[in-house]
Amino acid sequence: MKRLVATLIAFVVALPAWADIEIEEVTSPGGITAWLVEDHSIPFTALEIRFRGGTSLDDPEKRGAVNLMSGLIEEGSGDLDARSYARVLEFLAASFSYRASDDSLSISAQFLTENRDEVVDLLRTTLHEPRFDQGAIERVRAQVLSGLRSDMTDPNDIAGQSFAEMAYGDHPYGTEGKGTLETVSALTRDDIVEAYENVFAKDRLYVGAVGDITAEELGVLLDTLLADFPETGKPLPERAEVTIEGGISVVDFDTPQSVALFGQKGIDRDDPDFFAAFVLNHILGGGGFESRLMHEVREKRGLTYGIGTYLVPKDLASVYLGSVSSANDRIAEAIEVIRQEWARAASEGVTQKELDDAKTYLTGAYPLRFDGNGQIAGIMVGMQMDDLPIDYIATRNDKVNGVTLEDVNRVASELLDPEGLHFTIVGKPVGLDG
Amino acid sequence: MVRALALSAALLAATPVLADEGQEAVTTFTLDNGMDVVVVEDHRAPVVQHMVWYRAGSADEPIGSSGVAHFLEHLLFKGTDTLAPGEFSATVAANGGNDNAFTSYDYTAYFQRVAADRLELMMRMEADRMRNIRLSEEDIRTERDVILEERNQRTENNPRALFGEQMNAAQYLNHRYGVPIIGWRHEMETLDMEDALSFYEIHYSPNNAILVVTGDVDPDEVRELADKYYGVIPANPDLPERIRSQEPPQTVERRLTFKDPRVAQPYVQRSYLAPERDPGEQEKAAALFMLAELLGGSTTSYLNEKLQLDQQIVVYAGAFYRGVSLDDTTFDLLVVPAEGVSLQEAEDAMDQAVADFIAEGVNEEDLNRIKMQLRASQVYARDNVDGIGNRYGRALTSGLTVEDVQAWPDILQAVTGDEIIAAAREVLQRESSVTGWLMKDDEVTQ
Repeated sequence: MKRLVATLIAFVVALPAWADIEIEEVTSPGGITAWLVEDHSIPFTALEIRFRGGTSLDDPEKRGAVNLMSGLIEEGSGDLDARSYARVLEFLAASFSYRASDDSLSISAQFLTENRDEVVDLLRTTLHEPRFDQGAIERVRAQVLSGLRSDMTDPNDIAGQSFAEMAYGDHPYGTEGKGTLETVSALTRDDIVEAYENVFAKDRLYVGAVGDITAEELGVLLDTLLADFPETGKPLPERAEVTIEGGISVVDFDTPQSVALFGQKGIDRDDPDFFAAFVLNHILGGGGFESRLMHEVREKRGLTYGIGTYLVPKDLASVYLGSVSSANDRIAEAIEVIRQEWARAASEGVTQKELDDAKTYLTGAYPLRFDGNGQIAGIMVGMQMDDLPIDYIATRNDKVNGVTLEDVNRVASELLDPEGLHFTIVGKPVGLDG
Repeated sequence: MVRALALSAALLAATPVLADEGQEAVTTFTLDNGMDVVVVEDHRAPVVQHMVWYRAGSADEPIGSSGVAHFLEHLLFKGTDTLAPGEFSATVAANGGNDNAFTSYDYTAYFQRVAADRLELMMRMEADRMRNIRLSEEDIRTERDVILEERNQRTENNPRALFGEQMNAAQYLNHRYGVPIIGWRHEMETLDMEDALSFYEIHYSPNNAILVVTGDVDPDEVRELADKYYGVIPANPDLPERIRSQEPPQTVERRLTFKDPRVAQPYVQRSYLAPERDPGEQEKAAALFMLAELLGGSTTSYLNEKLQLDQQIVVYAGAFYRGVSLDDTTFDLLVVPAEGVSLQEAEDAMDQAVADFIAEGVNEEDLNRIKMQLRASQVYARDNVDGIGNRYGRALTSGLTVEDVQAWPDILQAVTGDEIIAAAREVLQRESSVTGWLMKDDEVTQ
């Protein structure tokens, strides 16, 4: 396709202006540390609290305990039962949300300035005096079981589960954090209480706050909410051994479009080559419409609506994953193209232009992430958990820009493993045998 | 059932007063060629979102080419006279930005998020593709495959989505809202260059578009740039009125049972044909909005308290009302039965609860709590000006005016319990409803 490309777009002149984000480290009188961005333009605060560990703290036979516990935190506390609690929270016009993932349990709160003290009192009661009433346990358990049953017939969930089992074996990462129908059905109130005690401790606590609050006010808030948690919780599990072998496995499932999850061993967040791998991934499959895989699989051949790849550096293992969906009679071709691109990138690397474009995008898009108090609070907690310095935001683009063509291509040849790439396909793929 | 509420005096005092939620920094104007402009300022970060909304969606498509509005949306990322295929997005990316687009029944919208100093470039390119797209047959062929895979991904692979399509098709006897936005597969397969370009010629013009710019911008500067890039495009004098075939009186309740072996969690959905927000006349819609909140908007809502907490007959209950719509919309109820409860039992319990709600009348304390939360949500909304921009884009493409958008929060605050009950009695009529059961197989009891 030839088209006269007039110089409507001259080359990019300069990088966009920076989001100017000033993070302050606050230590409360009681010794709790948090990162704060003070911004008084809107009268509310976003608070992010995270405890490292998450669902990986479950014992195998109690799988799903941390997740169920996190769903019960808001089901009554102190002298408020579930329905009174919900009303009080609504009266205060605040929102608290809880999310259990493989590596952490997070609490995202937002509240108005005018009644902040009352909201903080309620959140304190919530976190320290959860009731775990039997009635609430049964109700939330039923919701979790309902979700699990739905996941069992969702091709994306089936693929994720099957891939995780292969990749991580007996490690907690190898099974669904929500548990199974059997384990969740068997959880008792004592299990929920134990999960609560396992998770909430100060040796694994990270906090970020953004908005209409001063450092001094935040210090008081931190002590109110968090100082009374025990020093230590349940020890974190060992690192997982990643066991991905090249090939294809097929999970037979009667649906018109095959869903494929593919992946190989990854790279740790603190690896010196992480940024080179990050840039490489952007070029290969991470960069939306501009990635090689999107061009080859979607734009050129129309084989899919979407394809993407992701570096997934978890706390206890790192993998490199991708996903694609194509009609059952076209998925084989999509996989063939992906394999070719994986091999081509490994053997030939990327071009200087691709590297330059990736850097321009990645450095330019970075400030766009900081758009909202809750968003920024979450990013700051993530930085602390990754052990990044408080001035990381100002230096991060230098790290991207510092990646050379030699770096990317060396990492491409070292990291990308076309032979070791495994495809887990859920559907009725034509011409593929598992 | 008395609703015991252990609210101490101290806590009641802690309910926010919210005397002044603070104003959204919104500026609106219209260019000489009829293009509407909405600017929402937020100077906290040097970021801008630039959007163009067209008053053209799937419900504006000609008969036989369902999906063409969405197909065209994809094709706008192919070339123009001056941009090669893919170059639009590549240029946005080369400037550190993200771009995408979306299509609904009443609108198609394109957006870029980018550093504020790149706004002019975004306008230049978006104005270019308003009039100058150039497509090849190969673009048509490959992109048609892409939208078919998109339909596979969103709909064919998801029994809930297939069920939703059938519910809609049954709800609308005559209106185009009964046809899925992405299109029926057999018609999507026949979409060609002529279909796409014809839709483009009719609907893509400045007098059928709304520019929405949010973020770190100055309204005067936006006006200057908009005049320069969009203002020079002539209005389309032949822009057709958006006349769609309307619903006749609906006189017969419809029921459907959708069975799919991939269904793991059966549920009951009920939709009622309902009036939408009309310009200068949003009171009934406001009552329906409040009705949805009171019945199924949260864990304290009536259906959840009765069915989930008291009777423990469902694991989830919800009520939904989408008031922003050019033509008649729907009011929806959904219940997911608890284990051992049949779909019939769940449906009966839902109907009984709704009847009880209407008979009892609105609890004033519940209503006030929702109103207070809505006021608080205006504070939280200021943290996301893109969301405010989207609200304007959706409203202005759905027949509402800037004044309607700005009047809406006060209209919600003024809704009374009696108005809510009156709206419920008027709209929740079985004759104009569809009841759907989504299930795996013949139900014994789950």
